[in-house]
Amino acid sequence: MPALRAIALANVLIAIALGAAADVTVGVSWSNFQEERWKTDEAAMVSELERLGARYLSADAQSSVEKQTADLESLLARGADVLIVLPQDADGLVPALRAARREGVPIVAYDRLIELPGVLYTSFDNREVGRIQAREVRKASPQGRYVFVKGSPQDPNSHFVHAGQLDVLQPGIESGEIEVVGDQFVDGWLPEGAQRVSEQILTANDDRVDAVVCSNDGMAGGVVAALAARGLVGIPVSGQDGDHAALNRIARGAQTVSVWKDARELGRRAATAAVALANGASAASIERAISWNGGPRGLEIHAILLEPIAITRANLDIVIDAGWVTRDVVCRGVTAPPPPACRHP
Amino acid sequence: MNDRAPVRGLRALELDPSVVGIGCALLGVAVYFELASDGVFLTPRNLSNLAIQSSVVGIMAAGMVLVIGSRQIDLAVGSIVGVTGMTAAVMQVEWLPADAAWGWPLASASALAVGVAIGLWQGYWIAFRGVPAFIVTLAGLLIFRGLAYLWTDGRTVAPLHPAFERLGGGIDGSIGAGWSSLLGLAAVLVLAAATWRRRRHRQQHGIPARPPWAEFVRLAAATAGIAGFVAVMNAYTLPRSEVPRGIPIPVLFLLGTALSVHLLASRTRLGRHAFALGSNPEATLLAGVRVRRVTLRVFALMGGLAGLAGVLTSARLGAGASSMGTLAELSVIAAAVIGGTSLRGGSGSVAGALLGAVFMQSLENGMVLLGVSSALRQVCIGLVLLLAVWIDSATRARRQP
Repeated sequence: MPALRAIALANVLIAIALGAAADVTVGVSWSNFQEERWKTDEAAMVSELERLGARYLSADAQSSVEKQTADLESLLARGADVLIVLPQDADGLVPALRAARREGVPIVAYDRLIELPGVLYTSFDNREVGRIQAREVRKASPQGRYVFVKGSPQDPNSHFVHAGQLDVLQPGIESGEIEVVGDQFVDGWLPEGAQRVSEQILTANDDRVDAVVCSNDGMAGGVVAALAARGLVGIPVSGQDGDHAALNRIARGAQTVSVWKDARELGRRAATAAVALANGASAASIERAISWNGGPRGLEIHAILLEPIAITRANLDIVIDAGWVTRDVVCRGVTAPPPPACRHP
Repeated sequence: MNDRAPVRGLRALELDPSVVGIGCALLGVAVYFELASDGVFLTPRNLSNLAIQSSVVGIMAAGMVLVIGSRQIDLAVGSIVGVTGMTAAVMQVEWLPADAAWGWPLASASALAVGVAIGLWQGYWIAFRGVPAFIVTLAGLLIFRGLAYLWTDGRTVAPLHPAFERLGGGIDGSIGAGWSSLLGLAAVLVLAAATWRRRRHRQQHGIPARPPWAEFVRLAAATAGIAGFVAVMNAYTLPRSEVPRGIPIPVLFLLGTALSVHLLASRTRLGRHAFALGSNPEATLLAGVRVRRVTLRVFALMGGLAGLAGVLTSARLGAGASSMGTLAELSVIAAAVIGGTSLRGGSGSVAGALLGAVFMQSLENGMVLLGVSSALRQVCIGLVLLLAVWIDSATRARRQP
């Protein structure tokens, strides 16, 4: 129905022209505020919404699906025109989200996937995280004896990340350039667990390990401690999250790469997208939105998947300039030769 | 009683059956892993790994013997490790001048003090406010894990002072061959002196003493054990060199703790009162023991040991992470129970708990060597825990019909 579409488009244009965002109320449902991470996201989201003149409503589900269902209902009752949802458990929220869809309220799934028709999924590409880790480690050690230290086996993200690592390394493994001499999940992503596992893998291989593809920074701390106890600091180790301690290890040459996901970028993107959707824009028309069906059920939805950034010795300035961490923290205890970011006076 | 000679002989040795049982199980596990790992398990290097890996749980298991022995429980020890480890890390990195030589000792002492304070807090609620230990320490598990997180909003704190990291037993974290041998020798001499003194003491008071051959066998076995331990630790050298490492510092803390808590449990009023409280609280109260104070002190001790464990964990990791010690309470309780501490209170052995901690860690250590997945490791460790406690309680029932 071209006529209808034209009217809709006209409405959008008028809405934008009038700065109708002033009337938009964005309801944000957080799964839990326990994690430091979400505070960073929220700050970015709120400032972007302020810039767009939208109103911010929020609720914290405190890790309970029941509470989050009630939160969604109350956000709608308080007049939310669009929902941004960080789901505690996407499947458990389906009834509440269906109700929202019926009222014509658009939904943005934040960081975690909600596989429901019409949802706009915004996240980082976790598989890409694994690819970047593997690529950087392989750059430093093109061949040899590799160890995988993977995250919690119960967390889908640790499987996404590992799948990405294999995307890059599988050809090398098949050609025999890379020999996998250790491959372990670590329950709860615990640093001490990663340390014990690494000690045992090093012992079993009599220290003949050339690279450790480790899935996050916390565990990389444990891996590096195990390497240090054998005087092996300096062999390539990967991580993710941009932990301050990991960035410091990179500056000191004890870790090769930390894949950094700029949470503020994700918060801004989700806020912009939510306001646009509330104003009637289609998901497909939003900047960087792609059609995506990589979820477990293979449902075709729209997604904005942001690229994580590889932070290495060479580009530590990125995280410092972004205000993520101070130069003092990154460069603490750095000895010669310092990385470029620590050469400034 | 018409026991035959070997049984009488074993009885004369006065060995704790639980300790003997866990010792035999440990031996069996070691032999199995040694064969399955093509001789890696029993290398000095892996035994040094094992000793260090067992120290944190072993230190807390020693305290848990008294807690469980007095018919209480402490589920918060893992969280106390988290909050005290963070205390040690945050203080030396962010509060005190980074290069000061006194920074890390002060930070460590503060972490211990925080541990004791938490123990007093829990003990107060249990002893003076009558809230069951299960609930108080379950609350503690949540509260102190949360506080460990709030310390830095979940941020990992690093790098720590190099001298502090030595406490964790890294590359510079051992005392060398000379000190290790000296310490071993001193231990043997002290043990011999104590045996002789006790023997004389018993004779003076007309208490039947062990036959001389039994004393000799016990002493010889202990000497062999100490000498073997020191020899193995000295056989592990620094990487790419011939310099022996000796006993790792965290293992020294473990041995020191085990010895102190053993003496506390067996020789002091507090220890005897704690076990009396565990076997019969009413009778102990009626006997005029100030049971509340006993409970308070036992929890304070447990908190302090968890604080020590927190310091060693952060030193070993070279960082303070809020997740440190997660689920450690389960290993600690399992170690104490496998080592023969009765969950119904009244009895327990620090030596058994120590072996229990080493036993649990051996399973983990050996299975990772063999490349067993974490899920399968959990299944195996769970089954072994069940089996070990069943065997212990079944044989205990037969021993004391």
